[in-house]
Amino acid sequence: MTLSNQFDRGPLFFRDRDWHPAAYTPGYKTSMTRAPFRPLVAMGSTLSEETGPAFGHSMIGELDNNLIMNFTGEPAIGERIIMHGRVLDESGRGVPNVLVEIWQANAGGRYRHKKDNYAAPLDPNFGGCGRTISGPDGSYEFLTVRPGAYPWPNRVNDWRPMHIHISVFGSGFGQRLISQMYFEGDPLIKRCPIVNTIGQDRAIQALVAPLDMNRAIPMDCLAYKFDIVLRGRRQSFFENRKEGL
Amino acid sequence: MQELDYLKESPSQTAGPYVHIGLTPNKLGIGGIYPVDLGESPVLPGAKGEEITIIGTVQDGAGMILRDALIETWQADGQGIYPGNDPRGAADPNVTGWARIIADFETGEWTLKTVKPGRVPFPDGRAMAPHIALWVVARGINLGLQTRIYFEDEENESCPVLQRIEHRERVKTLVAKKTADGTYRFDVILQGENETVFFDM
Repeated sequence: MTLSNQFDRGPLFFRDRDWHPAAYTPGYKTSMTRAPFRPLVAMGSTLSEETGPAFGHSMIGELDNNLIMNFTGEPAIGERIIMHGRVLDESGRGVPNVLVEIWQANAGGRYRHKKDNYAAPLDPNFGGCGRTISGPDGSYEFLTVRPGAYPWPNRVNDWRPMHIHISVFGSGFGQRLISQMYFEGDPLIKRCPIVNTIGQDRAIQALVAPLDMNRAIPMDCLAYKFDIVLRGRRQSFFENRKEGL
Repeated sequence: MQELDYLKESPSQTAGPYVHIGLTPNKLGIGGIYPVDLGESPVLPGAKGEEITIIGTVQDGAGMILRDALIETWQADGQGIYPGNDPRGAADPNVTGWARIIADFETGEWTLKTVKPGRVPFPDGRAMAPHIALWVVARGINLGLQTRIYFEDEENESCPVLQRIEHRERVKTLVAKKTADGTYRFDVILQGENETVFFDM
């Protein structure tokens, strides 16, 4: 355990719920029985949301962010990519020392999961997950293969665009976030009911990673750049308003 | 005029059906990548306070118990201090405060073994009743749900967070029922008549 972000103690920015997907989104059928119908109870954050778990660099193994090699030590099959970017807060500051975890299908679009029976084969050398801790400037990177698109049971012919699931901690538990990274140019993005749970195109575009040829390694791998933005922090204390709300 | 050049939070997406591949691979039988899954327990041996066990489920609007739910919990130590970045000081070194727990793949039941947290101050200085913060994700949940576990055998009436709940009848959805000494029951209901209170905080 490390004391990360000791300066980050203020109340959290309010969440823009119109920017996030609504809970009830009939195009994505599973949400229909799993969406709360009652309004959320709203208030400013408390210490329970402003504090959060800390993770040490010592818990990360050498290959944890290398999905090509971290399962068997033999290379996975597929288009080799670097996924990289920064974890930022809404004020644009890098968020250091936070845990970033990813998971994904293999290059054929098949997950290593007993319930995934898609016809594409499992890659014996691909496990499908990785993790890292953001650097002093919030930067992170993974080496992986580009995941394939795959069909899923929703409407009769729905396909997920190529995507990597991403799970991020901030310095406060109220910043906890799970999202997905999509790839520039994928024609399935605009057809996907899960992507379309997000109402605004600008918000969808925030999840689409551009090809980054400056970070690609010649004769080795392509790169995609993906910044992750977490909730910001407000000024925490005014002498004339000690209640802070 | 200058622009308010804040960034926007990355929009959430569902954790999907395969969240366990990423966050609890060993529990799914994917061994060899990480030695252990993270968040096995929020406490280490020797943690001070009352040892408690909370057992529960997550249910959907049709009364089905979710077998794919993943829950994370965050709590203060027995004295009400959060580990890590609590401005009031250092917490019990044997309390990490954080756990990642999954529903049993067959029964959908989850279990949290911890110590009961102490009272933590609300921003205005009043004490919040002892509680554990909960974050629930699963397939079909587009944005992780924030809620809290309170305890039946604590004084909850004066908690400024619970007081904020207009429909008083709904407060009980946040209160774990005592089933035996040190054992509580807490079911999360995602939708419907007894829907759990979820927070925007």
